[in-house]
Amino acid sequence: MFWGSRKTIDMNYFPDEVLEHVFDFITSHKDRNSVSLVCKSWYKIEKYSRQRVFLGNCYSISPERLIARFPGLKSLTLKGKPHFADFNLVPDDWGGFLYPWIKAMAKSRIGLEELRLKRMVVSDESLELLSESFPNFKSLVLVSCEGFTTDGLAAIAANCRFLRELDLQENEVEDHRGHWLSCFPESCTSLVSLNFACLKGEINLASLERLVARSPNLKSLRLNRAVPFDTLQRLLIRAPQLVDLGTGSYVHDPSSEAYNKLKAAIQNCNSIRSLSGFLEVAPCCMSAIYPICENLTFLNLSYAAGLQSNELTKLIHHCRKLQRLWILDCIGDKGLGVVASTCKELQELRVFPSDPFDAGNAAVTEEGLVLISAGCPKLNSLLYFCQQMTNAALITVAKNCTNFIRFRLCILDPIKPDPVTNQPLDEGFGAIVRSCKGLKRLSLSGLLTDQVFYYIGMYAKKLEMLSIAFAGNSDKGMLYVLNGCKKLRKLEIRDCPFGDTALLEDMGKYETMRSLWMSTCEVTLGACKVLAKKMPSLNVEIINGSEQTEFNLDDRQKVDKMYLYRTLVGHRKDAPEFVWLL
Amino acid sequence: MTFEKDINIDATELRLGLPGTSEESERQASTTLRISNKRALPSVADEKQCDQETAPPTKAQVVGWPPIRSYRKNNLQTKKTEVETSGMYVKVSMDGAPYLRKVDLKIYKGYPEVLKALEDMFKFKVGKYSEREGYNGSEFVPTYEDKDGDWMLVGDVPWEMFVNSCKRLRIMKGSEARGLGCVV
Repeated sequence: MFWGSRKTIDMNYFPDEVLEHVFDFITSHKDRNSVSLVCKSWYKIEKYSRQRVFLGNCYSISPERLIARFPGLKSLTLKGKPHFADFNLVPDDWGGFLYPWIKAMAKSRIGLEELRLKRMVVSDESLELLSESFPNFKSLVLVSCEGFTTDGLAAIAANCRFLRELDLQENEVEDHRGHWLSCFPESCTSLVSLNFACLKGEINLASLERLVARSPNLKSLRLNRAVPFDTLQRLLIRAPQLVDLGTGSYVHDPSSEAYNKLKAAIQNCNSIRSLSGFLEVAPCCMSAIYPICENLTFLNLSYAAGLQSNELTKLIHHCRKLQRLWILDCIGDKGLGVVASTCKELQELRVFPSDPFDAGNAAVTEEGLVLISAGCPKLNSLLYFCQQMTNAALITVAKNCTNFIRFRLCILDPIKPDPVTNQPLDEGFGAIVRSCKGLKRLSLSGLLTDQVFYYIGMYAKKLEMLSIAFAGNSDKGMLYVLNGCKKLRKLEIRDCPFGDTALLEDMGKYETMRSLWMSTCEVTLGACKVLAKKMPSLNVEIINGSEQTEFNLDDRQKVDKMYLYRTLVGHRKDAPEFVWLL
Repeated sequence: MTFEKDINIDATELRLGLPGTSEESERQASTTLRISNKRALPSVADEKQCDQETAPPTKAQVVGWPPIRSYRKNNLQTKKTEVETSGMYVKVSMDGAPYLRKVDLKIYKGYPEVLKALEDMFKFKVGKYSEREGYNGSEFVPTYEDKDGDWMLVGDVPWEMFVNSCKRLRIMKGSEARGLGCVV
């Protein structure tokens, strides 16, 4: 025997390559992080073999340190602005700039292949540098980003010779209507995924058709509003292998030749499992897609404002295999009943408001949700904008669906009580957290007292992200959460009466979390200063309203917005004037 | 609960219920929605009490509520305005004028009418229009922003297409106007 009389096998006698090969099978970030803590040699091997890195907060580490830590980096995911930036609570120019990352990686000759960004500021300059610096670059996914124009996209198209994926989701893009699509060279045949649904301008349709024609591996194609019906038909003929389709404009005369051609083309696309778009839609044209409905697992009609409840339900009737459904509330409670009786495999449901600012018109109530919970026992992820909610309904939902991982309820009137009993919704949400032991994400709304936080602290042991607005009575509420939710990573609070006592009670807690956001609460400047001083591993940022030209130096002043996050690199250097780093 | 001890400012206190609603719900309401001169006043619940016929005077909204991404809000709202048939008001600016005006494009039957209206409104004269040269003979040139965000010369496209794609008007003046075919 090679190891003589050793009774145990010493892993350190394995050659590095063997360990590396073993580590290849360990893909989750958490597990790889754990691996690197075992011993020095494992740390070293893991460090050089790590290819994928996820940074939930781009300011938690600097580009230079990241590159030094993982020189073999190939795939990077970065998130920038705090979540509430999505709802206009964070002023422009707060931060989250991509450029320094690209510059550092280019300088160190990182072999970047994939970049996934969320809520970052992406300039054309950074896209251009990206396209020129990484010869093997394959995949760019931008979600809820801003700061770039179609010129930046043109650089990506022109220079990334092996591009497989260009996925733009809900970004604010300045459309220069340049022919960015035509910048894909004739030699580019590697596209697997192309999503430009969020672009507002015209597209060179001929270039698009040629691009699709020469992309045999194209599996996912999401078009923007400027792509008309007849182009869609021609594209489908060229790409019958599509798995994911997002239509652009879907308006045509159903008695026309073009319509019949589309019907035929769609019937040939029997791999489509995911359907979205319908940004402009004529209801009479929907029957053309019925043939592919029976295989759909994901249907996103959340931008199809042109479809009324009866058309939606007619469509849903055909979608028996649906696992994820995103829809507008014009489907109504009855429509949700149809979903409940048809879509038995449903795991994720998102119901968006078709009229966000007119609470009286919201078309779904607690009834729709109860029907869904009764009919879809596999439901584990919910986003539900509704007119009202009752405790009884939430208790029923909790009984029917114990598998929730994500539960986000948004009552359009943010402090509305149970309309039947006039009570707060504490008991309802309490039932949810008690019943759904795997709950990781929770968003609350409606009239809520400290009691709901008592329940959350007591029962939501796996909770990682909590969003609170207009809730609670006192510091006790926040303390219940901070003390009870051991796995909490992200806490975001707006317009709640939580103040200094709650903030400062357990400062070490924030080192176990990614970030804390508190706006329009009772927290004072003095308390934020104390926290910043005692916890050098945290960045405590105060964002001041635009009305204030000078920072009021009175420590008793309540801060408008506070955002704190753990970091390894101290204060960031790119904060604008209105952000005060304590 | 320090704010409950705030001085009694009933006269200006923000309330969510109708006058005369129960103390309890008022107190609960006032604990969470406070007056702040930094934020727009929430009035979501107030609207529900309003008679449907009488439009609420100012529809002030809570910033960032409901929590929907701006991108989604913008895309849904565009749909709503496309459906409105009660007039098509667009802003009109003129280089050098201190404030903007608004005109309802739906009340005009064609270009000559709307141009005359603009001339009267801003006291200027446009030149003579030709397809080849644009407006000839005046330093004022009427332009408009279309749905794609581009600035176009008024008069090039059929009237109906213009009405459906015009987002705002701008009377350009002087040297900037030359680029659009004004030959002076």
